[in-house]
Amino acid sequence: MSDRKNDSTNDVSIHSLSNLNLETPEKPYLDSNELIINMGPQHPATHGVLRVILKLDGEKVLGTECVIGYLHRGVEKIAENRTYTMFNPYVDRMDYCAAVSNGLGYCEAVEKLMNVEAPPRAQYIRVILTELNRIASHQLWLGTHALDIGAMTPLFYTFRDREEILKIFERYCGARLTTHAFRIGGCQYETYAGFEKDVKNFLTFFAPKIDEYEALLTTNRIWLERTRNVGVISGADCIALGVTGPVLRASGVKWDLRKAQPYANYSKFDFEIPIGTNGDTYDRYLVRMQEMRQSMRIVEQAVNGIPEGPIMGKVPKVIKPPVGEIYHSIEAPKGELGFFIVSDGSTQPYRLRVRPPSFVNLQALDLMVRGALVADVVAVIGTIDIVLGEVDR
Amino acid sequence: MVEKYRSQYGSGLDPLTYLGQNYLAVDRSLIPDILRLLRDEEQFDYCVDITAVHYPKREKQFDVVWILYSFPRNERVRVKTQIADGASLPSSVSIWPTANWLEREVYDMFGITFDGHPDLKRILLPDGWKGHPLRKDYGILQQDKEWVQINLGIESGQ
Repeated sequence: MSDRKNDSTNDVSIHSLSNLNLETPEKPYLDSNELIINMGPQHPATHGVLRVILKLDGEKVLGTECVIGYLHRGVEKIAENRTYTMFNPYVDRMDYCAAVSNGLGYCEAVEKLMNVEAPPRAQYIRVILTELNRIASHQLWLGTHALDIGAMTPLFYTFRDREEILKIFERYCGARLTTHAFRIGGCQYETYAGFEKDVKNFLTFFAPKIDEYEALLTTNRIWLERTRNVGVISGADCIALGVTGPVLRASGVKWDLRKAQPYANYSKFDFEIPIGTNGDTYDRYLVRMQEMRQSMRIVEQAVNGIPEGPIMGKVPKVIKPPVGEIYHSIEAPKGELGFFIVSDGSTQPYRLRVRPPSFVNLQALDLMVRGALVADVVAVIGTIDIVLGEVDR
Repeated sequence: MVEKYRSQYGSGLDPLTYLGQNYLAVDRSLIPDILRLLRDEEQFDYCVDITAVHYPKREKQFDVVWILYSFPRNERVRVKTQIADGASLPSSVSIWPTANWLEREVYDMFGITFDGHPDLKRILLPDGWKGHPLRKDYGILQQDKEWVQINLGIESGQ
């Protein structure tokens, strides 16, 4: 069995290289300086099952080709065969580092299609949990990204602190990772006794921890050497390639869907959009560190202003949106997460398309690593912050 | 904006709005032109997504949808066109490079081909797979048994 698998793998790699805009190897051998190496799919630095075929000249990267789909579960097909309510937990399994954001995007899209709105209290709970999840997602990114580059300590620091957020999730809805916290029309659960206190405790606990992370890395000489001017991408290239999220902002484009087209009730909160200037790996690091601080600001305002009232809007038991279609997108921790839903008036979506930020952002990898050293590929894969569950869906 | 192009293109262009979201139903023959025009003249510089919807009972079975966003205008628009099964569309990779993978996914899932695409092949499913899963006639439990047996060495992927 293993022999057969190897054969087919080789076939794919030669075939896949045909679009690298390089000379297609017509003969079975290569120029003696050129080397094709295969990275992944089982590779710790690919953060999942991503396979990258690298064409190298010595240590210099001439081109890459991503092979994805190892985690493809056909989420969009499943959606067509489930009711709107039944599909809700599935979205948590796409970007499993930011399940709450996915749930928010999906629920809001269906609400928009049905023309209902979640009540104010539910909106506040949603914002608090989503922003906590953004912090958790960035913590996970920081720990693993630093580990890839060779700094082991941040991993333990970030996982220690991320635990506190997961505990809040667990107390709120019983799950730590795939939370399924929201329902179409509002929230399923009322906050538990002591929820606000827990969130406030977390804020006071976490504020000095970000400084701790920054003390480890921001002026660390090795960190600077490994991240500065690595994987540079310009703002114009980002827009052309559809790259969104912190990667876009680190290239100097001040664009965040929470401000540009506010959803939930983000327009009520005061926060900044951090941007970078160089568009390199170091700037993307700084942008995400600032985003964590801004998320804390939002959580603080939300937890202090949380109103009383119902947590579910007037939604029928059986969800049957009218015939029509909707596109709704939110600013997930990784970029623009969109849901395009076509309804035929029945209880199941006629077509549900997920616009995954990781999938589109990963396309920029080739541009970002061309001409760089092979060791930088690891840094760049880390800095794009992909989750393969979302790339492959 | 639409009025301007309407006089130019005639009836092939139909502006519609649903729930406050604008979309243009466009004739197949206008496709690369109108997309290029939207980017160059109307500043829709960011192609958010390309996707398709399958209506097996219709004569022209597929709706292909481009979701566009304009950074300067902070506005979204969708462009929709209908094509028949087996027909192809011009690729928009030269307009927005991001279309590369998005068109590959549409090809993978629906079997719609894009002319002029630099490397149109499957992206999420393996290269040798038969069938296009997001078509309505592809059952949810259906799979390419032959591929699974040859490549994974197991009876069934279920």
